[in-house]
Amino acid sequence: MKPSRTAAAVAAAALAAVGLAACSDDEPDDGRTHITVTIDAGLEQAAIDAFDARIAQFEDAHPDIAVETQEYTWTAGTFTAQLAGGTLPDVFTVPFTDGRGLIERGQIADIGDLTAELPYRDSYNPNIAAAGEDADGDLWAIPIAAYGQGLHYNRTLFEAAGLDPDAPPTTWDEVRTAAKAITDATGEAGYAVMTNDNTGGWILTTVVNALGGRTEADGQATIDTPAMREALTRLHDMRWEDGSMGDDFLYDWATINQAFASGRIGMYVSGGGNYGNLFTQNALNPDDYGLTVLPLAASPDAGVLGGGTLAAVSPNAEPDEQAAAVEWIDFYYMEKLTDQAAAVADAEVKAETGQPVGAPELPVFDKAAYDEARSWIAEYVNVPVDQMAPYTSQVFDQPLLTEPVHATQEVYAVLDAVVQTVLTEEDADADALLAQAQTDAQAAIDAAA
Amino acid sequence: MTSIDTRPAGVTGVRGAPPTAGRPGRPGAPAPPHPPPRPPPPAGPPAARPPPPPRARPARRGPLARARGGLPTLVFLAPMLLVFGVFSWLPIGRAVVMSFQRTNLVADPVWVGFANFQQVFADPQLWTAVQNTGYFAVLALVFGYPVPLVAAILMSEARRLRGLFSALAYLPVVVPPVVAVLLWKLFYDAGEDGVFNTVLGWIGLGPFAWLQDADIVMPSLVLEATWAAAGGTVIIYLAALTGVDPSLYEAAEIDGAGVWRKLWHITLPQLRGILLITFILQIIGTAQVFLEPFLFTDGGPANRTLTLLLLIYRYAFTNSLGGDYGAAAALSLLLALVLTAFSALYFRLTRSWSGS
Repeated sequence: MKPSRTAAAVAAAALAAVGLAACSDDEPDDGRTHITVTIDAGLEQAAIDAFDARIAQFEDAHPDIAVETQEYTWTAGTFTAQLAGGTLPDVFTVPFTDGRGLIERGQIADIGDLTAELPYRDSYNPNIAAAGEDADGDLWAIPIAAYGQGLHYNRTLFEAAGLDPDAPPTTWDEVRTAAKAITDATGEAGYAVMTNDNTGGWILTTVVNALGGRTEADGQATIDTPAMREALTRLHDMRWEDGSMGDDFLYDWATINQAFASGRIGMYVSGGGNYGNLFTQNALNPDDYGLTVLPLAASPDAGVLGGGTLAAVSPNAEPDEQAAAVEWIDFYYMEKLTDQAAAVADAEVKAETGQPVGAPELPVFDKAAYDEARSWIAEYVNVPVDQMAPYTSQVFDQPLLTEPVHATQEVYAVLDAVVQTVLTEEDADADALLAQAQTDAQAAIDAAA
Repeated sequence: MTSIDTRPAGVTGVRGAPPTAGRPGRPGAPAPPHPPPRPPPPAGPPAARPPPPPRARPARRGPLARARGGLPTLVFLAPMLLVFGVFSWLPIGRAVVMSFQRTNLVADPVWVGFANFQQVFADPQLWTAVQNTGYFAVLALVFGYPVPLVAAILMSEARRLRGLFSALAYLPVVVPPVVAVLLWKLFYDAGEDGVFNTVLGWIGLGPFAWLQDADIVMPSLVLEATWAAAGGTVIIYLAALTGVDPSLYEAAEIDGAGVWRKLWHITLPQLRGILLITFILQIIGTAQVFLEPFLFTDGGPANRTLTLLLLIYRYAFTNSLGGDYGAAAALSLLLALVLTAFSALYFRLTRSWSGS
């Protein structure tokens, strides 16, 4: 018995060793620089083929670079885990709000020297570029898209309520009236807001900005402001007096999109470029869709909260991989904004694979460059542009505000609780609520500093 | 008359003598008058005398005690040690280290002593989370703990279809937990056309805002959690019930005991050991409740369902920039310490009546 037991034990140990060895890094040593790039999760095969075709073009132009793909979509929770675990692709995208913190903490690669070489480096709108710059003005992360918040509305529900879908609300009072009309006529939520996963704070901040307020000033939290009180009072009245905000007060970004796309919500505030997600992920019926600008109060400080997407490079990338990654960002994300042939090729692929082309964005350079890029792809545009006209005809004239820069997500989380309280407790004590939120937000800002 | 005899037909008592309720004793290990001689230590100093055996406690003979040691044992243990070491003990050790560090897991960690613990204790949300977790645990105890027991006793009475009942009770355990929660989220739709609100509407109740109302959101979570977890416990109780010696019931019936007296004086004491274990397992489980608040409400409305594990998760992951892993590890460590202390105390206090 004993020899065979020993043999079996040795075999087991050998197997375990083989298993461990298989975990080790095995990048092929073919003299090329290998990078992994981001591909959207859950694409149709045609879109994946199109992406592979773009990779082939890139590799033809850069024979010393080999590109592999990795599915990746930014969400707050998974991104943190991937960042900490070192499993991000070499090239990935993050929202504007994260840029500054990632740069300050050295959690993305410093590609400032590489981006300085980009021909359009100095063409950036300074406000946009700031999202990806460190304190010295070096561009660590490349802004690839920008948006401003908008008021999305359901044209079908508007018609059912006897409202004119071509004349959406232009003031917050009209928003309230329209919401009540929709609920009275259809039983669906006339107006809804996100409340969860930091999105409650995001949307509340948006509305406060539109009313002329700010949630921070010079690194100090400014929660208890007249604009904040007005925003909460409006929510309270629509919820408890009009009953026009539906039954669900625990929406996050994905679930409110789903509810809107399925016709359960008359109006809600979200990013102006959200049509693509609503269409591809939530099967929105394009005929239902309407988009207009946020009503701005008659205050010189009122503005529309903006945001955008940055392309960044993994801190684990070697210098040659960083250079290759910047080449890829330039090729894949930026050429379609700066080069006609690339823009047409990109739009053509998207149109052929049934992806939306032409959803409104904000310019990352200037309005003229944006208009020119739009004109290149005009024939491929397949989104209902007329139904977005109330937005696209006005948004460029609205003052664009950036998101708060200090402990952004933590303060949003504090405000989540404020919104949830107002929507779920009729007798919520606004004074105590705001005093507590002010304390918590300031504590979060102090802790981050 | 209904009988509480839970023995399946044809099964006789498994033990020679029925254990007397109330006397401590370990199954399979009757305490000998003198402890058996201890085997000499494998590599002890030659002059060392074996220490005096502990008083009145039988020597434990675990699997390791039987092993002779040597290379084969070590080699056979190696895969297990490796797997547990890499996937369990190493992460635990690193979490303990991390609770004294400030790190984003990318840059080099900084040693900060007890700062993470101070930060956790200074966080007003900690007490919110402790209260909510306690509330969940109490609700789960009051409503969730008796349900599987009652169900098991009733099911054991069923002469026919017991297999069907067991399968039905166990079915929720088979449903993937996330799927179950998402399903219940539909049931809990606060509109008049939500599943539960429709049903309750037939008898003129509601509609209730199951997950949106700060007062009933926690009971809603407990209801789902109980539904999801009861099946596994029911199976355990059913198995235990078959082990109750039927002659006890016969003796009680001869003495004129009714259903309730038999339940109280025979069934429950006989299940005592199992009940003690499921109790502590339930406390440990509910202290670590995460799935329900995370998926149903994400801690809302207004942090009414923020539990300790959700708070740990928020420390680590809410801030998408690489959160406060130090504070998350510190709170995890504190929770583990409290649960360990509680379990130790619990088993110490109940040692004298934990036999079955």
